[in-house]
Amino acid sequence: MREFAYARPGSVAEAARTFAGGGEAAFIAGGHTLLPAMKSRLRMPDTLVDLGGIPGLAGIARDGDTLTIGALTTHATVATDAAVAAAIPGLASLAAGIGDPQVRNRGTLGGVIANNDPAADYPAAVLALDAVVTTSAGRHAADDYFQGMFTTALTDGEIVTGVTFKVPPASAYAKFRHPASRYAVVGIFVARFAAGVRVAVTGAGPGVFRWAEAEAALSADFSAAAVSGLTLDPADLNTDIHASAEYRGHLAGVMLGQAVTAARRPHR
Amino acid sequence: MQTRLTINGTSQTHDVAPATLLVELLRDDLGMTGTHIGCDTSQCGACNVLIDGVAMKSCTVLAVQAEGKAITTIEGLANGDTLHPMQAAFREHHGLQCGFCTPGMVIAGLEIVRRRGHDLSAEDIAHDLEGNLCRCTGYMNIIKAIQAGAKAMEAHNA
Repeated sequence: MREFAYARPGSVAEAARTFAGGGEAAFIAGGHTLLPAMKSRLRMPDTLVDLGGIPGLAGIARDGDTLTIGALTTHATVATDAAVAAAIPGLASLAAGIGDPQVRNRGTLGGVIANNDPAADYPAAVLALDAVVTTSAGRHAADDYFQGMFTTALTDGEIVTGVTFKVPPASAYAKFRHPASRYAVVGIFVARFAAGVRVAVTGAGPGVFRWAEAEAALSADFSAAAVSGLTLDPADLNTDIHASAEYRGHLAGVMLGQAVTAARRPHR
Repeated sequence: MQTRLTINGTSQTHDVAPATLLVELLRDDLGMTGTHIGCDTSQCGACNVLIDGVAMKSCTVLAVQAEGKAITTIEGLANGDTLHPMQAAFREHHGLQCGFCTPGMVIAGLEIVRRRGHDLSAEDIAHDLEGNLCRCTGYMNIIKAIQAGAKAMEAHNA
């Protein structure tokens, strides 16, 4: 890695100030996306602002129909927390499927959301669960927050502090994971609310997106049969060495069926 | 940058460049070469160490991020000439061939015990070893070793 300056501020406000004065600066939380990017020199920040020393950014709180998770909460904590399992089991199982145990012990929700990798898992949950992303500058509705590949509504120096998820009566996440990287080749998060069903797709396209056709079909009839044979138009999807756009379009339908079937299972 | 941390029970302060990885501090600066670098892309698990008792990949942690933390490496497990029960189980069950992945496998074994306790099924161990690669294809004996090591830790209260 190229050398850089390093700061460990004690508050969100101090972190924002340090970032502003740090030249080409970057925030680091668990570092499990940023450090690999820095090793390969895709990212070469002059200053790293470590959010890890800021108190109050990790934790999980249920408040009625919402579940708020602090930005520095690790995947391992989300995967095993009793409040998450009780409120949104689909979110717990998503977190349990990120990377591997050692990665889950280090990676954070906020880091994933700020980076917005098009194959990351969490963006699908944030979007399908109609969440609100809380930052140092305000709040962003999930529908406005994700803006395509590695792009979000965050402005330069804005820090994700937490995510507030709506608790649905039923939800599930199904992904076909790349066997080496464990990122989603295609991942589908389904959430059934009283007002209708929300379906978010990750891994398939240049960024997470909602699947309107699936949402309409499932809002009318929340069953795998209702979306049987449904596929995504490959014109909007990624082709890479792992999968063609046509394959991803078909796979999305398969994962959708699996997610709906899982969401219909009663809570254990 | 002055960084204070505890390594295998010894509190110490080192002047490290911010771009130094934790595994580089251990191996290059401190000569503790028990922790290995296999892939350097946080996939193989050869660099696993315990940070405040929790297993992480030290190739994807900056040394400066370990400020105030307690690090346990493979060198810190044995008690003098007496191997830690998990290490002894790897020897007993032929849980290694070339040995390159072994430090990370032993740390991963301790992590599995931390999360799941001492009574482990082969399926649970196999699932939880997804972040550790062995290129000698020795997984079956590694699983046996971790299963036995977990039991032995309970017996030894380790």
